[in-house]
Amino acid sequence: MEIKVLGSGCSNCKRTKAVIDEVIKDLSPDVTAIEVHDIAAIMAYGVMSTPAIVIDEKVVSAGKVPSKNQVVEMIRKAQAA
Amino acid sequence: MNKELLAHPPGETNPNLLDPQQPTINREWRVWGLLVVAAMAWWIAWNSLQPLADWITYGLLGLSPTSAFGSALAFFLYDVPKILLLLTGMIFVVTTIRTFFSAESTRQLLGGKRQGVGNVLAALLGVVTPFCSCSAVPLFIGFVEAGVPLGVTFSFLIAAPMVNEVALVMLFGMFGWQIALIYMATGLLIAILAGMVIGRVPHIESGVEDFVWQLSVGTASSEPGERMTWPERFGIAWHSTREIVSKVWPYVVAGIALGAFIHGYVPADALAGIMGKDAWWSVPAAVLIGVPMYANAAGVIPVVQAVMEKGAAMGTALAFMMAVVALSLPEMIILRRVLKPWLIVIFVGVVALGIILIGYLFNFII
Repeated sequence: MEIKVLGSGCSNCKRTKAVIDEVIKDLSPDVTAIEVHDIAAIMAYGVMSTPAIVIDEKVVSAGKVPSKNQVVEMIRKAQAA
Repeated sequence: MNKELLAHPPGETNPNLLDPQQPTINREWRVWGLLVVAAMAWWIAWNSLQPLADWITYGLLGLSPTSAFGSALAFFLYDVPKILLLLTGMIFVVTTIRTFFSAESTRQLLGGKRQGVGNVLAALLGVVTPFCSCSAVPLFIGFVEAGVPLGVTFSFLIAAPMVNEVALVMLFGMFGWQIALIYMATGLLIAILAGMVIGRVPHIESGVEDFVWQLSVGTASSEPGERMTWPERFGIAWHSTREIVSKVWPYVVAGIALGAFIHGYVPADALAGIMGKDAWWSVPAAVLIGVPMYANAAGVIPVVQAVMEKGAAMGTALAFMMAVVALSLPEMIILRRVLKPWLIVIFVGVVALGIILIGYLFNFII
């Protein structure tokens, strides 16, 4: 499962990445998270408000910093899909 | 993958997540009940502010109302909780309203709208759409790619930071609802007109960096915001309120402390010379100083109020505030990624000019 955090590097984007890292550190190493700063790549997902979260190429959140519980929920839903 | 994905065993429910056992309807009632209690507490606190501040300063501490320190302290004790209360209430309400909007839905509403109507709509939407300056670039690109005319996009980009709830709350709290309303109206006016003017500049599209036109923007995924429940909306609003207030309160306290000092210690009319109505150059000077600055509206306004008590003209003060809030060097640096320098110059120039004109207008009529 690949999680991407889309953003231009502002503090909200970094916080989102930190929350996600906190959640996945207890999970299997198959789950990875990276930050994407490239504008062209971000726009390709059709996202206009950052920070945005993409799991396995699907946009699951945009425009806010999620809480740990919300991240857990997102991962759970993505796994079930 | 066949490995255990989550740390919790499958049967255990995270107590913080929505409890599937509890019917949704009960949860809704609880949230609304909580909201009503909070509103009542807010109202009671609001009405106790002035009496409490006076009592502490004059009753408890025994200071004289005519002393500089006494009047400064009463001002401070009254204003700090007042502004904080206003901020909490207003941000909560505005963020709840904002949960009904999103950048994606705004983009769809504006796509293909022509100039004029589009500018007005963009400015109004700029006020209610959630906007973080870090999303300025993706938002700009998204709008442009959806066929929103450049001028209309600019109307949005001007209105969004300028007419923000923190500024409105502060103005309302310190100057009354008329001034807050005027600020909002003139802010929208500048956003609409500046956007229209910029849109009419010949070959304005060439001011946008070439790569923007070549980007292919994916289709927006369905925005979860449209189908939120009320408890979710209030949850987001509360979270946002806590976040913003915790970031802003030091500025509020510092700004009011400075304002209180000026209120108590600086003699009246001391500033009329350099900032009053007759100093014609004060408006452009205020705008020139304010443009590159990036400061929280929360910190600037109390100082503005105190300065005005001492003779600064309303127009000059308003112009300064608008310049600080609407434009800033960090924002220009961010926009540089998608706009060529000459377009940025035009953008800043038109908005600054609009603000200066408003400044003169108010100095004239007030």
